[in-house]
Amino acid sequence: MARGVLKRLAEIAVVLFVVSVGTFALVDLTPGDPAITVLGEGHTPAEYAALREEMGLNDPFLVRYGSWLGSALQGDLGASLIPPNSDVAERIAAALPVSAEVAVLGLVMALVVSVPLAMWSAYHADGRVDRIISAGTFGVLSVPSFLAGLLIIMVFSNQLGWFPRAEWVRLGEGLGGNLYHAFLPALTIALAETAMFTRILRGDLITTLQEDFILAAKAKGMPAARVLFSDALRPSSFSLITLLGISLGRLIGSTVIVEYLFALPGMGTLIIGSADKGDFPMVQGAVLVIALIYVLANALIDLSYGYLDPRIRRAHV
Amino acid sequence: MSDIVESTGPAEGGSRPGDGADHLDHVRPRGVAGTAGRGSTGGRWGTARGPRPRHLSWSGLGLAVPGIALTAVSPTVLPAPGWVCFLAFAAGLAVAYAGVARLCRGAFGGSFDLMFWLCLVWLVVLVLAALLAPVLPLGEYRDIAKTIEAPAMAPPALFSEHPLGTNNFGLDLLARIVYGARASLLVSIGAVAIGMVVGGAIGILAGFFRRLTDTVVGVFTNSLLAVPPLILLIALGTVLEPNLRNIAIALSLLALPSMIRMARAGTLTFAQREFVLAAKAMGASRWRVMVRELLPNVLLPLASYGMVIVSVLIVAEASLSFLGLGIQPPDPSWGNMIAEGEGNAFQDHPHIVLVPGVTLFLTVFAFNLIGEKARKRWDPRQAKL
Repeated sequence: MARGVLKRLAEIAVVLFVVSVGTFALVDLTPGDPAITVLGEGHTPAEYAALREEMGLNDPFLVRYGSWLGSALQGDLGASLIPPNSDVAERIAAALPVSAEVAVLGLVMALVVSVPLAMWSAYHADGRVDRIISAGTFGVLSVPSFLAGLLIIMVFSNQLGWFPRAEWVRLGEGLGGNLYHAFLPALTIALAETAMFTRILRGDLITTLQEDFILAAKAKGMPAARVLFSDALRPSSFSLITLLGISLGRLIGSTVIVEYLFALPGMGTLIIGSADKGDFPMVQGAVLVIALIYVLANALIDLSYGYLDPRIRRAHV
Repeated sequence: MSDIVESTGPAEGGSRPGDGADHLDHVRPRGVAGTAGRGSTGGRWGTARGPRPRHLSWSGLGLAVPGIALTAVSPTVLPAPGWVCFLAFAAGLAVAYAGVARLCRGAFGGSFDLMFWLCLVWLVVLVLAALLAPVLPLGEYRDIAKTIEAPAMAPPALFSEHPLGTNNFGLDLLARIVYGARASLLVSIGAVAIGMVVGGAIGILAGFFRRLTDTVVGVFTNSLLAVPPLILLIALGTVLEPNLRNIAIALSLLALPSMIRMARAGTLTFAQREFVLAAKAMGASRWRVMVRELLPNVLLPLASYGMVIVSVLIVAEASLSFLGLGIQPPDPSWGNMIAEGEGNAFQDHPHIVLVPGVTLFLTVFAFNLIGEKARKRWDPRQAKL
């Protein structure tokens, strides 16, 4: 087990190294020029040359990459090219909690809704409700998150006026207001995830419900809810856990879009705003941080199999 | 509809006569409980009902006619507020669908899947419209100077000059939808093609040579997968000129890792098989083994996966264009058309968002449904995910 974890860690390190080279090279290999982004229109060649020298753009690739990586490892991701030239790491530290909160809330909402939905569906497989749920989830999966977000804004904030749009209350300023403002964004994220989770969990539950131990539990006279929650859920959750890892990428993507739609001060708004203006250090830093989180989360998910399934715990991870 | 609603028995994904030979090593034991316990469930969808002579389903006719009538009447004639019209329209559509499905099951046999054919028709119409866009009698889609006379924000009216309405510059939405489909399909299918060719080649090489090649390719795919798809696109959008070619290349990076993995996995399995051994024994070169023996076997799952991922890529392109990093206005794309309706325009003129939105939804839905069917047919192992 320990060896497996070590091997896994080494893999993560290699992947992150390649990603960091990739994000750094991305800027280097393309026509855009950071010096021009800083200077804007109307500069003299002398100013341009001086700035390139000052920013170290004339150094060889490896030297620049080395110094960038060196400071990145110490938590310094450089400064933004756009005035007021704020510190990249600070901006990310301020934006990250917002994104994380919305994404986690969306995920929790999706799980809370999809687990009972899938259970009902699987327990009454092929019934009328089951078929409606299956068709409904399939339909929801075909709605892109930005479209869903627009429709939700249209209905809940514009027509009904129940929720505000383009406002954000930080967690520190009161939990109630914070949750109130996070509800619609989280709902948008939760829609697609709910549909996906329900479909996957339903499939696994149907298989599990045909096992002998479920029959035994039913024969003992245990109520259906107890059988479903305490006996059937855990062995049915492997595909769901795998899917969590896969859908994390989509989750991050829809979080970005939702933040843009609702104008939340999160990573998505940060990265899209910077991408628009060609603010390379900001994009580099944000991509690196997101990749780091994404890779670590996936590794954690891999490890959680061992917790859920003793058979894997004994084998190598 | 049978493909939206997943089937019950665990035996479904296992083996199926016809393609069993290719998946011998993955055949699952048939779930006895699954088939015996729920023996009668298939009846609803026709297969277990047994052959029945073709007939005219009167109940189907009885549902279809009023359903179609309600669908046709509700958006135009009905004197009621918007919500009621919409609900009536939806109800009419559902009833008409149920009726037509019965009629078709009666006429073409019990296993007729109306939804599948509807999706196919939609995609064929879309592709044809996209291909023939320059010769179709469409309104102006791009040049604002030519539409000064045209009404701005005209609502959809089927038999007028602008069947789907116009946007705030008076550009015809139907024309923009068709040209948007052109861009969207071109970019997504192009990206899938690039992904299939490049990913398939890399995957086969990695699976065939193993050792160092495999390790390097593995690190490469893992690194590509380490950046969430949309973030990767945004990062690329920062530095690339947003034209169709670059967007297609950027999108192909999303399809690439899975293509590589599938091609590699397929190669690993097939390289052990007797026909490859036979080819080697007969003195076939490595090149020949890869191209003539492995490629045809690896290609089929890649192609069916391509069908599935097209819809993902269409959504990705639309999202990118919606964020302003993809196809740039005035060139239409479904994404940037939806973006036009952000803010107050949506409130006052819902059709600005709904027209491209519904088109996008229908297209993604059709690709998903057909992709699902293709995957169940050709790659039963993955039918569940």
